[in-house]
Amino acid sequence: MNETMEQTHPEPSLQALQSGDRLEFSRLVEAYSAPIYRLALKILGNQQDAEDVLQETFIKAYRHLGEFEGRSKISTWLYRIASNEALMLLRRRHPEAISVDEDVQTTDGEQEPVEIADWCCLPEEELLTTESRDYLDHAIDTLSPNLKVVFLLRDIEGLSVREAAEALHISEAAVKTRLLRARLQLREELSHYYAERLGEVRRI
Amino acid sequence: MTQQEHGCIHPNCHELLGRLSDYVDGELDQALCIEIEKHMAECERCHLVIDTLRKTVELYRSMPTPPLPDDVRGRLLLRLNLEDFVVKSDEINTEDKKAPAGME
Repeated sequence: MNETMEQTHPEPSLQALQSGDRLEFSRLVEAYSAPIYRLALKILGNQQDAEDVLQETFIKAYRHLGEFEGRSKISTWLYRIASNEALMLLRRRHPEAISVDEDVQTTDGEQEPVEIADWCCLPEEELLTTESRDYLDHAIDTLSPNLKVVFLLRDIEGLSVREAAEALHISEAAVKTRLLRARLQLREELSHYYAERLGEVRRI
Repeated sequence: MTQQEHGCIHPNCHELLGRLSDYVDGELDQALCIEIEKHMAECERCHLVIDTLRKTVELYRSMPTPPLPDDVRGRLLLRLNLEDFVVKSDEINTEDKKAPAGME
C-alpha cells in the first residue's frame, strides 16, 4: 500500500496558517506539493501544465486561507483547488475531452466485464516488472477525465470516498459509481495485458 | 454477457456488479457481503472478476509514488517566496557528508 498523507504528514495547524505563519505554510507546501503535482500531471499529461497547476494551487490556497472554514481537512481543500485548476485547464486545452453526458448514471448496473483470465496467480515479480508498471501507468490514461480524477484521488492518493466527494464537490454516490467504472475499466485493460503474460509463462 | 452464457445461478449478477467496489474496499454491509460470497462460491466467472478487480486495486495502491522533481520544487518555492523557510534539496542530499556545524 502506498502511504496515505495522514500517515506521512500530520494535518497542519489551521490556526497557525490563518495567522500568516510562513513556516507552517512551507510545511503545508512540502507535505502536499508532490501529490498535487502527480495528480495534475496525470490529469493533464503535460509537465509544464502540471507545474502551472501546482503553483496556482498554492497561490490560491495562500490567498484564500482566511475563508477556509475547516469543515474538511486542509489537504482535501488543496486537492479540491488542484482538481478544479487541472480540469479547467484540461477543458481549455481539450474542450472535447470532458463529456457533459458522462455524469448520467445508468440504472441498469455497470458495463459487464468481458476479459476473463485468472492472472492473479502470476508471481509478484511478473506482475510488477518495469514494463508492467509502465503499462499500469499508461492504463490510467485510457480513463475519461471524470473517472480518472476520482480514481487518482481514491486509489493513488489514498483519499476516502467522502474526502474525494468533498474535493470534487460531488456526492459520495457519484464517487462510488465513477470509482467502480474506473476500476472495472482498468481491470479490463490489465486483464488483456496479463492474460498475454500468463500465456507466455505457461509456454515456458 | 447473459446469465446463460456464463452460467450464473444468481438472479442478478448485474446488480451485484454495482456493489463490487464497496466489497473490494471492505465497506459493504455484512448481509450483502455474505450474498456476494455465496454467489462467488457458485459462479466461477464472478469469482474471477472480483479477484482480478481486487488485484487491480492492490497493484495500483502498491505503485511507488514519485517525488516532486527538484527543479519543479525549486521554482515552486521561489514563486511562493518560501526559499528561506525550507531546507534546499541539495542540502538534504549532502547533509550527511557535511562537517558538523562549528567544525569549518
